[in-house]
Amino acid sequence: MCLAVPAKITRLEKPNLGLVDYAGTEVRTNFSLLPQARVGDWVIVHAGFAISLMDKKEARKTLRLFREMAKAA
Amino acid sequence: MKELRNQKAVAGLLRDISGLARALPSPVRVMEVCGTHTMSLFKHGLTPLLAGAGVEMISGPGCPVCITPNGVHEAALALLTQREGLTLATFGDMTRVPTSKGALQAGVPARNSRLRIVYSPGEALEEARRSPERETVFFGAGFETTIPAIAVTVQEAEEAGLSNFSVLRALWLIPPALRALLQSGNIAIAGFLYPGHVSAIIGLRPYAFIAEEYGIPGAVAGFEPGDILLAVRSVLAQLAEGKPRVALEYSRAVRPDGNPVARKLMDEVFEPYDATWRGLGTIPGSGLKFRKKYLAFDAGRKFRLRIPESGGDLPGCRCGEVLRAAIRPDGCRLFASKCTPESPLGPCMVSYEGACLIHYKYGRGKKGDA
Amino acid sequence: MKKISLELGSGGRLMRDFIAGQILPSFKNPILGELSDSGLLPEGLAFTTDSYVVDPLFFPGGDIGALAVNGTVNDLVVSGAVPRYLSLALILEEGLDGGVLEKILSSIGRAARKAGVRVVTGDTKVVRQGQGDKIYINTAGLGASIGRPAPGKIRPGDKVILTGALGDHSLAVLVARGDFGLRSKARSDCAPLLFLLPLWKRGALWMRDITRGGLATVLAELAERLPHAVLIDESRIPLSRAVRGASEILGIDPLFMACEGKAVVIAPARRAAGFLSRIREHPLGKRAAIIGEVQDEVGKPGELLLRTVSGGLRLLEPLTSELLPRIC
Repeated sequence: MCLAVPAKITRLEKPNLGLVDYAGTEVRTNFSLLPQARVGDWVIVHAGFAISLMDKKEARKTLRLFREMAKAA
Repeated sequence: MKELRNQKAVAGLLRDISGLARALPSPVRVMEVCGTHTMSLFKHGLTPLLAGAGVEMISGPGCPVCITPNGVHEAALALLTQREGLTLATFGDMTRVPTSKGALQAGVPARNSRLRIVYSPGEALEEARRSPERETVFFGAGFETTIPAIAVTVQEAEEAGLSNFSVLRALWLIPPALRALLQSGNIAIAGFLYPGHVSAIIGLRPYAFIAEEYGIPGAVAGFEPGDILLAVRSVLAQLAEGKPRVALEYSRAVRPDGNPVARKLMDEVFEPYDATWRGLGTIPGSGLKFRKKYLAFDAGRKFRLRIPESGGDLPGCRCGEVLRAAIRPDGCRLFASKCTPESPLGPCMVSYEGACLIHYKYGRGKKGDA
Repeated sequence: MKKISLELGSGGRLMRDFIAGQILPSFKNPILGELSDSGLLPEGLAFTTDSYVVDPLFFPGGDIGALAVNGTVNDLVVSGAVPRYLSLALILEEGLDGGVLEKILSSIGRAARKAGVRVVTGDTKVVRQGQGDKIYINTAGLGASIGRPAPGKIRPGDKVILTGALGDHSLAVLVARGDFGLRSKARSDCAPLLFLLPLWKRGALWMRDITRGGLATVLAELAERLPHAVLIDESRIPLSRAVRGASEILGIDPLFMACEGKAVVIAPARRAAGFLSRIREHPLGKRAAIIGEVQDEVGKPGELLLRTVSGGLRLLEPLTSELLPRIC
């Protein structure tokens, strides 16, 4: 029950609506659950709603970890 | 995030898991309670890999379509087929659930009524705005990941003064269900994978009792193969250390305190009650109903639907036991014989994450194995 | 038989059971019994038909008219025939806009010229408003056989070639419907596959165009007829960025998404590299790839298996119901 993708906010229009971009696809998204969201932030989008702000530092850490694991024999 | 699907990385994590599992009573049974975890495990072919590493993955009650009792599905069908001039907006999964009167998708709509598949509750609201002369009912099923979105949508309907929009609700809470599962005593689970996006809303605290009162380790997990394996590794490490806790293995998306704004909005619109789950019976505080202020948006009340809280399961269907992990899909006599994806008898064969459908589609070649 | 459900039209198992249970017994003859995309006639001709029902009528990369030509043309190509003639039957709903019809007819003309086929006969009917969804089109196609699918000659080691990226048509139509609040650059891949014809003389064993049900359905249905298993590699399957993105957002599997200008070619082992080069020379085949092979090491005879990107293994079966976006 958790299908969601990490996407970048490209537009904040009215108080709570806007657009996110996920790999070139734009999704109309509602930001009522994340009043602190700003254009350029990465968010987790589920059913057309941004439910969580991505922690970029943690994301980078995870990516680094996996890049290392991918290199190891 | 293709790094989190990388074959070498995955192989490395499996080796770690295998090493940890060797020192533990085997197989190590880990339960996930999220349909998206079930789907991801099977989509990437991870379950057999984990079995090879000594870990048996069990699918718990993580599918809102599966655990919603028949009575609610039949109410949706009744709305569509008996009410004229009505649009029933729903997520895709709900349309194939079989009831004694057939499935939503096979229902012949009443005059001027129709079924519309949506991706977001916001689309259902749009529909209501666009067609003020028609009734729009959103069949809102989900756990804590989806409930805040539905709450916001209801508030927006209220602010817009819409009188033609309502929600047929099937809203379920995970932590009470986990408590009920553990209290029933008859499941032998060594550890849990907690649902990553439910956790993004509720945080870590609601799971604390599992480690503290039951001594069972768990880890909040994301949904890529790498995320799932990191979490399984964490669970096994906790088992090895004898130090059960609630580990966070999805830190890029989940804060320990979750999303307080989302929880507050949920709480403004809904209040908990003792809901009846298919297969698990009535669980205290496990469902959400509308608060008085928003009762006008409750489709059940608006259309005076008589929704029986329990029962209505099709005869012979053992979905309840599958959800409780008391039996596996192929432990049900009807599985793959009378009950198949084309002619499903219970929701577990219908929902994309239904344990029976997934086992049928992906796990059947290995009948009898983990 | 109970009432007909929309489900039957999805092209999955229900459809196959319908054909096996109702169609074949009603019209017993060996030509139909082959259940090829086209009927292969002893006179050296191939004959096929298809009906086109699509909403919306116009979408990025195509329209119902182009579909009606290319779909039928491609059925002939993958059956080993050079497409030559089409019939065109129109069922129009009362009230259909004349300008819309004109656009569709122009599109049919353009597509026919591009595919080198001539519309030589046809019919037009008009039904009452509400009894037809704007326009239904049926085309039947006649072609000259230059080759013949030979699934019986497929051996372990023979390769599975996919001519390009999956799912773009499906996504383009979805987005054009305005569904789901998505905006995407997806364009239908609707196109004629004539460039595959020379492969027949060079020993192609089997081809099928990938339409409703997607790659997985096409290959699973082939695998079912073989005394071997088919193994394909997820990491080799080309996807456009648009499809990769939207499919993850909506939870729709690209392996089951419809195309309208892509095919699967089974090449004899020693010819596969050569086939691939030839296909890649054509603009429509630039992203072609050898995605797997017929083999006996993994899986059981009749099975289609996918080696996932993460190294796991997954059994793929034909699509049994309509692909719908998931919330979970």
